[in-house]
Amino acid sequence: MRFGVVVFPGTWSDCDFHYVISEVLHQPVQYVWHRERELGQLDCVVLPGGFSYGDYLRAGAVAGRSPVVEALGDFVARGGLVLGSCNGFQILCEAGLLPGVLTRNECLQYRCQSTHLVVENADTPFTRGLRPGQVLTMPISHGEGKYYADPETLARLKRQNLVVFRYAAADGSVTKASNPNGSLENIAGIVNAEGTVLGMMPHPERASETAMGGTDGLLMFQSLLGSLVEDGSFLKR
Amino acid sequence: MTGAEPKVTLDLALDAGLTAEEYDRILTRLGREPTYPELGLFSALWSEHCAYKHSRVFLARLPQSGPHVLQGPGENAGAIDIGDGWAVVFKIESHNHPSFIEPFQGAATGVGGILRDIFTMGARPIALLDSLRFGDPDAPKTRHLVNGVVSGISWYGNCFGCPTVGGEIAFAPEYAGNPLVNVMCVGLVRADQIFRARADGPGNPVFYVGNKTGRDGIHGATMASATFDEHAEERRPTVQVGDPFTEKLLLEACLEVMRTGAVVGIQDMGAAGLACCTSEMPARSATGMDVELSRVPQREEGMTPYEILLSESQERMLLVAARGREADVRRVFAKWELDAVEIGRVTAEGQLTARLNGEVVAHVPVDLLAEAPKYQRPTAEPPGLAELRAFDPLTLPEPGDYGAALVELLASPTIASKEWAFRQYDQQVGINTLVLPGSDAAVLRVKGTSRALAVSTDGNARQVLLDPRQGAAMAVCEAARNVSCSGGEPRGVTDCLNFGSPERPEILWQFAEAVEGIALACRALDVPVVGGNVSFYNETSGQAILPTPIIGVVGVLDDASRRATQWFQAPGHRVALLGPPHVSLGGSEYLWTRHRRLAGRLAPLDLEVERRVQRAVRAAVSAGLATATHDCSEGGVAVALAEGCVTGRELIGCMAALPADARADVTLFGEGPSRVLVAVEPERVREFEALMAESAIPWRWIGTTGGDRLVVTVGTKAIVDVDVSRLEGAWRHGFERHVA
Repeated sequence: MRFGVVVFPGTWSDCDFHYVISEVLHQPVQYVWHRERELGQLDCVVLPGGFSYGDYLRAGAVAGRSPVVEALGDFVARGGLVLGSCNGFQILCEAGLLPGVLTRNECLQYRCQSTHLVVENADTPFTRGLRPGQVLTMPISHGEGKYYADPETLARLKRQNLVVFRYAAADGSVTKASNPNGSLENIAGIVNAEGTVLGMMPHPERASETAMGGTDGLLMFQSLLGSLVEDGSFLKR
Repeated sequence: MTGAEPKVTLDLALDAGLTAEEYDRILTRLGREPTYPELGLFSALWSEHCAYKHSRVFLARLPQSGPHVLQGPGENAGAIDIGDGWAVVFKIESHNHPSFIEPFQGAATGVGGILRDIFTMGARPIALLDSLRFGDPDAPKTRHLVNGVVSGISWYGNCFGCPTVGGEIAFAPEYAGNPLVNVMCVGLVRADQIFRARADGPGNPVFYVGNKTGRDGIHGATMASATFDEHAEERRPTVQVGDPFTEKLLLEACLEVMRTGAVVGIQDMGAAGLACCTSEMPARSATGMDVELSRVPQREEGMTPYEILLSESQERMLLVAARGREADVRRVFAKWELDAVEIGRVTAEGQLTARLNGEVVAHVPVDLLAEAPKYQRPTAEPPGLAELRAFDPLTLPEPGDYGAALVELLASPTIASKEWAFRQYDQQVGINTLVLPGSDAAVLRVKGTSRALAVSTDGNARQVLLDPRQGAAMAVCEAARNVSCSGGEPRGVTDCLNFGSPERPEILWQFAEAVEGIALACRALDVPVVGGNVSFYNETSGQAILPTPIIGVVGVLDDASRRATQWFQAPGHRVALLGPPHVSLGGSEYLWTRHRRLAGRLAPLDLEVERRVQRAVRAAVSAGLATATHDCSEGGVAVALAEGCVTGRELIGCMAALPADARADVTLFGEGPSRVLVAVEPERVREFEALMAESAIPWRWIGTTGGDRLVVTVGTKAIVDVDVSRLEGAWRHGFERHVA
């Protein structure tokens, strides 16, 4: 599976995704500069965390109108997969590739901490190795991760089962205390109707090695590979 | 300052912070009166902040070399070889004065400045640590300052993308008018690809790269070289304004252009801005520089030569390129959408020549600018110190309830959890952080190798006040001990020396004694000082801060998987106390928290014992014998035990017994050097005992982990018996409730 990791001015999780994909998953991966429009040979494009264009104006607002993001429309239409984490999720929302918006954390402070996520939709290429109700542990690191969508959009997300992850307690219960940023209904990650574009605030690349404190992020990458590797080595958990 | 430039006179020179003798020296050497921009150059470069004129004679005492040292003091940062072809570049620096005037931007640009010091050497920053000091935690101004400083660090470090992995925060009334913001940065670079701040090769082009120049921060260096009074707020315009996004672009552009081979030398435009770079770089290379100021990218109109030379606008570098490689420099900076403008050339004449539209506005020998006068001013022991030391803490009453006294100590904002601050900092970007903030030292892996780095900053100013020499030596020992507890072998030291005005003999005595103490400890532990910073004039209206040397230590773990953390891992583990029995309530956290007294004598320090204890701890960790290791510092052995119980993921109790060889408050809360708790699995006890016997250090078993209470028996009496959840609650909220 060929991965591309997009680099905007101000991106900082690019190297981390690159490292996990190449050194942990042993998959081919290349950096994609933000001015690129040609994504032809890639299977999955990663929009990593960071402060693209300083997040001046609004988080992800400038990057959401960059050449590489404009090219994502065609890429997705051709069946390409897009994973946006942290700033990448903000960019996908700003670009209109996912509905809703990410606003300033309710506590008005940056939050870097470990969170529990309960899996709601295990029927996407990113989560098909997981099961609904499964609890994952992954860190967050952001100042603007409070998800909001208008009532109609929220209803549609729920009706179409597009909410993939919610912040939860260790036992999987979705509580106010387990919501680190004030997100609407504890939403931590959503997917498009086709299931091919996933946006999430947590950092799977920071939870992909035992040395880094956990490997739940790796389950997502393994799901992805299982959805494309045809030799049958992938086993649904 | 716009319009016509004033005529330079002795009065103007005195206003600019120079002395009459210094002004005379300039007149003699130039053979004429300096121009106004030239006076600005001397004012900034001969300031204490840039020139260390009061401290250099003392700093020469520090050991600065060793087999692993690749770069000692005198560059933007020091560098140490860590093996496998890698080097670690690190330095600590203060941003105290700006942070008092404008805490958010002051702290933010403190982070920005130290990051540039690291990546100007060619290293990618991988870790930040902040040592912060504030006034009384209950004063309303303190809350404002803590919030401003923490959010400034968070804003700059997070946006830039370097994790904040450690540091400490402490409180004392003496910092009310002068909070301390000391930031340490650690970077990684291939050992053979370190860049230096040199201007070699006459004829080579000089590039200005990065952010544009504005009027912000003019006189920052001179501000940091004077004490404050009630008009401090008027100095707000001297505080720089940071832009972490531009800094991130500057990082990537600098590292990329360095890889092209086009870079001869490069220096951060920090204190004293362009003036500093255009004189220090050629001075190091025995060359000169000829620059055209009108070519400097500016974001304000009508800036004078004086302002362009002395602006401390952030996120800028001066780069000397190899002649013929100009296009490479321009291409890389254009890619990152940053200015890269050729503003002049390296010359052979040893002069800094600055022009405005061709007309010479400054023409000064670079060695004169770079070689400020050195002073050795008088020192004198502060009056009243002997009396302060003579105080006997045993004249104070014992606590009625030792459990309550322990809970109170854990809730003291200096000891309590700093999670409120650290959760505002990205701690993991770069995916290297193996041990997150909250243990004795942070541990970061070095990708592509089996190694890891352990880093810690420490400083206990109360101990330094009572005995500057031993107190400063103990700060080195503690920072190194924290690194050793994590399993790392200390390799190098960086120090940030925060003191009052060196023009007062008692302050300079504290400084001289402290430097001597650092030198003694570094020699005994065999760790060189490869860089650092002196911050004098931390006084407001005549009130000096506590003498505060902050010591940063970087150590190396050969096997990253053999590391230890401070919290107990499981019930049933035996707990040993390594180190000498000597402790004292003099200068202790207990004496301050409970009795508001800062007095008494320190427990003795034996540097040979310290060295052996650290070696023994490292041996236990690398042999996999230690399931937890924790330095005994503020709050003594009782607080160290409680921290072992409550700071991990699970709460684990402990039963401990201590000998009744002193009054119980001394035994429990007394502080002394060279003491470490080690937890050992029961099946490894024999091996551990054999290792301790070889180590030739004093040690004893004092307890066993387990249960849900911390019970400490002194002699035959269980005088502490507290539920660990009560200890945890005190520790978890003690800091936050003062500052949130």
